Amino acid sequence: MSYLKKSPWILHYDASSCNGCDIEVLACLTPLYDVERFGIINTGNPKHADIFVITGGINEQSSVVVKNIYDQIPSPKVVVAVGICAATGGVFRECYNIKGGVNTTIPVDVYVPGCAARPESIIDGIVAALSILEEKRKAMKKGETPL
Amino acid sequence: MDLMHILYGVSFILFGPLIGGIIVGLDRKLTARMQGRVGPPVLQPFYDIGKLFQKERIAVIYSENFWVIAYLIFIVATGMIFFAGGDLLLVIFALTLAHVFLIIGAFSSSSPYAHVGAQRELIQLMAIEPMVILTAVGMYQVTGSFFVIDILAYGGLLIFVLPGVFVGFLYVLTFKLRKSPFDLATSHHAHQELVKGLTTEFAGPTLGIYELAHLYETVMLLGFVYLFFGANPLTGIIAVILVYIIEIFVDNATTRITWQPALISAWIVTIVLGGLNLIGLYLL
Amino acid sequence: MINNDECTIWYQRCFVEFLLLFLIFFPLVLACILLGIRGEKLRDIIVTTGALVIGTGTLYLLIATLGSHATYYLTNTQTVHYILFLLEIGITLFILYLCRKYHQRLVALLVCIQMAILIIFGMGSLTSGHATTEGANLFFDEFSIIMALIIGIIGSLICIYSLGYMRSYHLHHPEISDRRPFFFFLLFLFLSAMFGLVFSNNLVWLFFFWEITTVCSFLLIGYAKTKDAIKNGFLALLLNLLGGITFAGALVYITYTAPSPEYLNLSTLTTAGPDLALLALVPAGLISFAGLTKSAQMPFSSWLIGAMVAPTPVSALLHSSTMVKAGVYVIVRFAPVLEGQFIGMLIALVGGITFFLASCIAITQNNAKKLLAYSTIANLGLVVACAGVGSHEAVWAAILLIIFHAVAKSLLFLCTGTVEHQIGSRDIEEMNGLFVTMPKVATMMLIGMAGMFLAPFGMLISKWATLRAFVDASPPLGILLVLFLALGSGVTVFFWTKWMGKLIGYHEEKKNDEESVNRSEWAVLYIITGLVALVAFTFPLISGTILEPYLISAHNATTESLDKLLFYDDLIIILLMLSLIVVMPLSLYFFRHAWKESYRKVPRYVCGREALSPHSFTGSIGVQKEMGLSNYYLEDIFGELRMLRIGDLCTIALIVLIFAALIGMVV
Ligand code: SF4
Repeated sequence: MSYLKKSPWILHYDASSCNGCDIEVLACLTPLYDVERFGIINTGNPKHADIFVITGGINEQSSVVVKNIYDQIPSPKVVVAVGICAATGGVFRECYNIKGGVNTTIPVDVYVPGCAARPESIIDGIVAALSILEEKRKAMKKGETPL
Repeated sequence: MDLMHILYGVSFILFGPLIGGIIVGLDRKLTARMQGRVGPPVLQPFYDIGKLFQKERIAVIYSENFWVIAYLIFIVATGMIFFAGGDLLLVIFALTLAHVFLIIGAFSSSSPYAHVGAQRELIQLMAIEPMVILTAVGMYQVTGSFFVIDILAYGGLLIFVLPGVFVGFLYVLTFKLRKSPFDLATSHHAHQELVKGLTTEFAGPTLGIYELAHLYETVMLLGFVYLFFGANPLTGIIAVILVYIIEIFVDNATTRITWQPALISAWIVTIVLGGLNLIGLYLL
Repeated sequence: MINNDECTIWYQRCFVEFLLLFLIFFPLVLACILLGIRGEKLRDIIVTTGALVIGTGTLYLLIATLGSHATYYLTNTQTVHYILFLLEIGITLFILYLCRKYHQRLVALLVCIQMAILIIFGMGSLTSGHATTEGANLFFDEFSIIMALIIGIIGSLICIYSLGYMRSYHLHHPEISDRRPFFFFLLFLFLSAMFGLVFSNNLVWLFFFWEITTVCSFLLIGYAKTKDAIKNGFLALLLNLLGGITFAGALVYITYTAPSPEYLNLSTLTTAGPDLALLALVPAGLISFAGLTKSAQMPFSSWLIGAMVAPTPVSALLHSSTMVKAGVYVIVRFAPVLEGQFIGMLIALVGGITFFLASCIAITQNNAKKLLAYSTIANLGLVVACAGVGSHEAVWAAILLIIFHAVAKSLLFLCTGTVEHQIGSRDIEEMNGLFVTMPKVATMMLIGMAGMFLAPFGMLISKWATLRAFVDASPPLGILLVLFLALGSGVTVFFWTKWMGKLIGYHEEKKNDEESVNRSEWAVLYIITGLVALVAFTFPLISGTILEPYLISAHNATTESLDKLLFYDDLIIILLMLSLIVVMPLSLYFFRHAWKESYRKVPRYVCGREALSPHSFTGSIGVQKEMGLSNYYLEDIFGELRMLRIGDLCTIALIVLIFAALIGMVV
């Protein structure tokens, strides 16, 4: 029996977002969208998290932080990149300090498009992440290296 | 203690988390409704704990795990003594011991956030302990015994003779249940937390053990509330439910305060309400 | 057959009498020998064997007297009285000489007052025909035996520990002149005086030994002869002399009012009938006041805090087995007189306030020795509170407190001393990660601390009995005591746990640093740690074989009421918990490897920043930022000066009330 799907705790990190996507992520917690009905909690602590939600592109400063946080999340874990910036670097792509999307630093499992991504699609993305999470758990149980 | 009561005590191992989980689940549901949300399923606490045990084991230092396990063991032991009708003072002191284990667990990682959480948990312990002891003393003054069995066997409703002590106990119960405004050490709500306070460095199964222990503790603390109304099981259960609803309401209606007013107000409540009530008992 | 039995009894009686005298005189002889010895090797041998003999002697005393009741010896000792009196004058002159040398007018004045009172006493006993004191001067009962065990075992272990400690002390402090022969002379003299104190039935004798402990502690505190040491030495002397004066006053009162010289005996005085209750109550009040000064209760607490300038073994000795224990000893002795009396209640309140406020002050201390000192004051406050309440449950708790405190506190002091020499600091903040650098000492400290406040260990049992005794004490003052106890025990948890947390705090980069601790220190630390565990496990035995008979004989306690002291169910649970606590660390050892394999080690969370050591993290642009974790000290609430001011005010008011009540009674 898997409890993972029923209790995904997220960690929200702003890599270098314009805050547009961040607002939308937080909007998911409001009564209108209420992600807690799926058991989703915003933890703010990598050691408690299952889903790593990143907004904004990766810059030279944030890349090491993203890497560290990713390492500190216990497996199984999935990464959800929210917004175009997180996918490719978006409008900031050509900036001198931007490395690009989240996948330049850590493996990404789900991309949520949009600028800013709408709360509905963020929720959709996270629900999609849940089945990936479940697959990873099974893989981990079998003894394959968790990623 | 006869066999019957020992059985009660042992059954707490199983029923403690079951009842506790449902209480916490209802709590989350009700909280959500108070905020105009749908809220998670009632069984959510079980899902959470189940999930935590399925996660990878990570730790800053291995002994962290040991202290948290010790915390769980002593919380369960404390609850067993309580439900087996044992000595209230022993229950209180064993509970303190359990919390000391938890705090040392938080200290052991020397993580800045856990460290702050541990210090705050200590302040909470310091704020709570006097009132809890006075509660036991008050019950002893009325019933002539520190044993839960004898307190339950006392005919009348303790609330009528110990109103001050009861209010004081409710006050510190908020600390114990980790409810706002006194959720200084660690909170269930991310929005008022410094990372995760005390539990920052506990991950996966270690956190699961901590959550489990919290369920046990919740049930036992509500058991204390029950003692005030224990003469009649029905009033007892209704009172416990009402008390818990009040706690949820307070949790949602207030924000966290700093440790100074928390500590000082708890002590003032202890001295004024608890002390006067006990002195009043002599005069009656 | 019968004859034979009587013969054995007589024989045994003589033997025990010899043993008592031996315990008093043997340390004295040793002390004199040590005064003349300069060679380190020889001193090591003499101190170690002497300490072992004393320890064995007290154990033997326990075995030889097990099951027998209070017994009295030495009935006609007129000459001894005169010798004591002369010695007393000698001590006075010695103090006066020191006062002149160091310009201490106030102390000199107090000494003179005390002498004057003693001379009045001497004349009184001559004129009223009391000179021929009949009665038993030397005695032992269960309580004396317990005290003797504490003195004989803990005290002599501390002497052994001092050997190694003083050696490195003088290495660390080359500026202090090496007067070790004198130091060890004082240590053994102290032990001798303490034995005398607990075996004296005659108050004059008791007073004599009392004065010797005062002088010894004064000299030991001033050992370093620095300005600070001398100042604090005289402070101790000054405050203890206040007690000495009232003690002497008590002697005078008894001589002039008692119907017979018998009443100078502790045993007669404390069991005086109701018609003579007043006769007993006034001396009880006066001597208890002396006890308050000696056990450093507020407002006299400053001398014990000042005493920490002395080398650490001296602190250990003063705090655990001698000096302050003498103070509470006399108060507990007078507990049957104080029970249910207004004066008793006032004394109990002084103790209760001291317990609460001294614990509060301990929160704000980061100096390990100072914290320990305040915790000692607090615990003694609890003992005093129990003694003041005086009911037999309270006394039961008080004696257990004395025992548990003696073992745990001596362990903590000695560990702190060792740590201080290794890391060069007695600051608790510097002890971060001691569990890694000095694992054995840190474990011992943890055990000691657990013994001081945690559940199934000793202290807690007595706290528990105390609580029950206070609830039953005369209302509504009893409730005040309960409040102090409840608040104080919350505070206690705070300052001990945060210290524990410091020790446990995790430091990966340091390495083991305890190889250089010398052997005699290790041996002593191990033994005392064993003792902490031993008393934790055997307290029901101690209670059953020693305490209960004492309470029955001295407090007329009934067996049913004694049965209520320890409930069978609770006992089982406590012992189970104790075993659990012993087993769990072993399981840690067992699972260690399994855990190491199944756990992935991750760094601590510092907002995603790299934090390879607990002292720093990588900030932006790769700058290493310093980081430190410090405990909370809550200075603005529990500031030392503020608490002391409150405490002194309250306790001085209470003491004024005590004297007012005493004067009222006399008039
Ligand atoms: S995707 Fe748009 S809204 Fe989101 S961070 Fe980038 S620019 Fe801002």
